[in-house]
Amino acid sequence: MEISPGELIAVLGPNGSGKTTLLRVLLGLLRPVSGSVEIQGAPPRPASRNVGYIPQHHDFDAGLPIRGRELVELGLTGHRYGIPWPRRDITEAVDHAISEVGAQGYADAPVGLLSGGEQQRLRIAQALLGDPSVLLCDEPLLALDPRRQQEITELIDRHRTTHNAAVLFVTHEINPILPYVDRVLYLVQGRALLGEPDEVFTKETLSELYGAPVDVLEVNGRLFVISGDEGANHLLGHHHEHDNEEVPWD
Amino acid sequence: MGLGGYLQLPFAQHALIAGTLIAIISGFIGPFVVARQMAFAVHGAAELSFTGAAAGLVIGNNPVVGALLGSVVVAGLIGVLGEKPRERDSAIGVVLAAGLGLGVFLLSRYHGFSTAATNILFGNIFGVSTGDLLLLVILAVAVLIIMVIIYRPLLFASIDPELAKARGVRTRMLGIVFLVILALTVTEAAQIVGTLLVLSLAITPAAAAQRFAAAPLVVTGLSVGFALMATDGGILLSLGSSSVPPTVYVTGISFAIYLVARLVGPVILRRRRERLRLHRLESSRSASDVYIKSFE
Repeated sequence: MEISPGELIAVLGPNGSGKTTLLRVLLGLLRPVSGSVEIQGAPPRPASRNVGYIPQHHDFDAGLPIRGRELVELGLTGHRYGIPWPRRDITEAVDHAISEVGAQGYADAPVGLLSGGEQQRLRIAQALLGDPSVLLCDEPLLALDPRRQQEITELIDRHRTTHNAAVLFVTHEINPILPYVDRVLYLVQGRALLGEPDEVFTKETLSELYGAPVDVLEVNGRLFVISGDEGANHLLGHHHEHDNEEVPWD
Repeated sequence: MGLGGYLQLPFAQHALIAGTLIAIISGFIGPFVVARQMAFAVHGAAELSFTGAAAGLVIGNNPVVGALLGSVVVAGLIGVLGEKPRERDSAIGVVLAAGLGLGVFLLSRYHGFSTAATNILFGNIFGVSTGDLLLLVILAVAVLIIMVIIYRPLLFASIDPELAKARGVRTRMLGIVFLVILALTVTEAAQIVGTLLVLSLAITPAAAAQRFAAAPLVVTGLSVGFALMATDGGILLSLGSSSVPPTVYVTGISFAIYLVARLVGPVILRRRRERLRLHRLESSRSASDVYIKSFE
């Protein structure tokens, strides 16, 4: 599988299908058991500047001694030893990244006071700081309302088009990003499928992937994957009792 | 003898030098202790320095070296047993209980002066010998140098461990280094305010500083400043009044600063929230302007 510059790939699949593992391999935190991975001709390694990473959203504690601008700056300099004395070139780069995501109004507030959407914007500024040519996003839309989802997706897409960056977008929900997606990587229990959305989102392909009858509905340009099969339904996440995440595909 | 007279005496000078050094390193590590939610580790390390000191007393009649060596052992044990954050507190509790039991046993074997034992628990800043001071200077300089080196990656690892790992920060190694530094600092601080009251130097100033500021370097600076005020202020007050031990003043000043922070903190927080609210209002208004314009 090969991802070209400027391409946005949505990575979908049930919990435990290996989406986050894939990102960890691309970040250089895990080594593949077999096969090989290269980013711009070199094996991935942590701290590489050409890979930007937006981790899964979690709220910051209210009392953390850090403001938005320092959080953003850590994305560029956090791995370096020493005391983070203010430096003009770094401050300028941080200011630029903050204005890119429209976070000027709250960059000097403690991050713990900010809303989920505001924190996520700062995380994107943090990931974009080194102008990465590859952007890895781990469910960046989780726990955001539809309007914020739209804004965050647009920010990521803008970086892709202006910097010709390749984007891997791990998500539970295809619909908010469907208009931007070039190809879909669909992972189910060790099986993988890569193709354009209209190739992947068909009854036949997904039924084969899940190994059970699965239906794809299209309503107003939005896609819904459903199944009457108990096992497939479980994989699709339609089991509300112990679902601690958002219900996908709804 | 007045305060001026006392300041001519070596024991008072030693106390002020030792107090200043310990205040600086305690204040410096404090914000990390709070951010990493390690208050209980401080408490555990502090109480366990009693065991190390008791061992030092029994074996070589030297509680300070015993406590310092013991603190490294304790840091290692807590690090190994409490590798997962969720297990850390229970691991500290386990090591703490076992260690204190051992300490009581060791002390029962000790037949020297009993004040040596109470000094470990409540501190004796006015009993700092030249040798103690030399050891403290070396230790404080070492702790400061290491903290300055690891400041930024440790901050990253404390704020967002997952991302820090992805960015190549060796979070595990930093966690262990910080634990050892914490144990050494706490053990040294125990020499001044005693193991039982060490929290008032390693945590209270940082907890107060956080209510005044949010920028990491400012919080660190305030935390060091508050720790200095409490320690040196406490020692000077004690010299002036002679009958009350310095521990009382140190913890008293530290607590007073914290109370002020609790009173002023909400006012600062309210102002911040208000500014944020105005900003959000403004940006949503400008967004709706665009929306309205698109219909014109």
